Amino acid sequence: MDSNSRHPAKYFISKNIDQFFIGIHDIFKFILQFFKEVFRPPYEFREVIRQCYLVGYRSLFLISLTGFITGIVFTKHSRPALASFGATSWLPSLIGIAIIKALAPLITSLICAGKVSSRFGAELGSMKVTEQIDAMEVSAINPFKFLVVTRVIASTLMVPVLVMYSALVGLGGSFLNVHANEKTSIVMFIHEAFIKISFNELASSIIRSVLFGFTIGIVGCFYGYNAAKGTAGVGKAANIAVVMTMFLIFIEEMLIVQGFNLIYPNE
Amino acid sequence: MIEMKTQNVNNKEAVISISKLYKSFEDNHVLQGIDLELHKGENVIVLGRSGSGKSVLIKIIVGLLKPDKGTVKVFGKQIDKISKKELTELRLRIGFLFQNNALYDSMTVYENLEFTLVRNQKQIRGNEVKKAIENVLEEVGLADTADQLPGELSGGQKKRIAIARALVLRPEIILYDEPTSELDPITGAEMNELINEVQKKYKTSSIIITHDLTCAKTTGDRILMLIDGKFIREGNFEEVFDTDDKRINGFFDYNFIQEKHESYSK
Repeated sequence: MDSNSRHPAKYFISKNIDQFFIGIHDIFKFILQFFKEVFRPPYEFREVIRQCYLVGYRSLFLISLTGFITGIVFTKHSRPALASFGATSWLPSLIGIAIIKALAPLITSLICAGKVSSRFGAELGSMKVTEQIDAMEVSAINPFKFLVVTRVIASTLMVPVLVMYSALVGLGGSFLNVHANEKTSIVMFIHEAFIKISFNELASSIIRSVLFGFTIGIVGCFYGYNAAKGTAGVGKAANIAVVMTMFLIFIEEMLIVQGFNLIYPNE
Repeated sequence: MIEMKTQNVNNKEAVISISKLYKSFEDNHVLQGIDLELHKGENVIVLGRSGSGKSVLIKIIVGLLKPDKGTVKVFGKQIDKISKKELTELRLRIGFLFQNNALYDSMTVYENLEFTLVRNQKQIRGNEVKKAIENVLEEVGLADTADQLPGELSGGQKKRIAIARALVLRPEIILYDEPTSELDPITGAEMNELINEVQKKYKTSSIIITHDLTCAKTTGDRILMLIDGKFIREGNFEEVFDTDDKRINGFFDYNFIQEKHESYSK
């Protein structure tokens, strides 16, 4: 939102309502620009790989820790309820469904919203207020392509990878707990964990992760790229990027699960 | 005494011509009917107080801001009417020095220059890139800073690197936004010298935005005084300040207190 465009002297409805709709218009314009630029050369492969490293590899420790803890804690919480029915043998299946279908995509994406989206918002925001984005533009370099497209591609590619990794680590944590209590072998655990998961459910988790990754990238970049002047603007961009990304992830999760249930009512 | 630059431009070919330019931000009418011509090989100084719209003017010239009214032509092309591709091509011929330098702070000095160069001149590769960057860094006197990050440089060094980043593309026009701001007088004088060297060596035409009269006096072939959104006076340094207008005299007195002290002591 440069200084040319977003300061109408008179408001159509009221300042806040107008700005809400202008914001929606701007974000859709931003998404449209992404799809326009993403297929147009030149391609910034090196920067995409660098961003993939920052988004993926640099999040591994956090994702490993949270995935592992989620697996153990969820198993511990589920055992008493199943034990009261004498159904502790169903634990691996329950954990498999819970982690692969719901927990891994959601928890990993929320962590990435905090870690990645805020980084994008703060980085681009500070580049905006220190005129580095303008400097690229006047040097005949397309800043949108170099800064936004590369980051959105990286998060869209890496979040699904992190989700799958988190699911595996979560199942690993769960296995340790199940093995310690029920003496289940790893082969049996894996067999039981995956037996109730259909291909469509697995695909739904991956598709959701791709969408969450895209949301994390685009929202973080949008607020950073359009940050207002000053250090307060950078803080606000990082903060609002996280809040908005988390909010959108929950909305998307709900809509996709509802849609999936409508299409496949038995799964 | 600070030596006034002797006027050396006879070429009247305009590389930038601005006519009746208006720009406002809500109720703040920054530019109110500006006319300006920058001739080939000339250094034009735009003098004015902070917030008078000097930076807005050069941001309009390079297409970062859009004018409300009026025409801005660069090399004969109207900047707000050309396609994105044409604007990109035009920008390759213009160097821009930001007031805060706007160096890419996550990249080293070498990478700052390389980033700009390799994306715009795809035909040069490997050793040629390295040589071109080393040459430019040598010209600004900072060949030994190639591996440093901008955060590790002094204010004067940052300004020089920003000039080097602009020069690496061999621009025909350079727009300087407060090139001596936040510099001590000695570093400021060195910067003025560099601006004159660049003009001579690269045959550039420049608009230099400043409120520093030393910079104006030593680098300007022509000076334009911007007050209340309009150019109220034009000429060489002596002509501009040979007036009874208090708005101009006040500006002079405030800037040259030190120089006056020197002349009195002589």
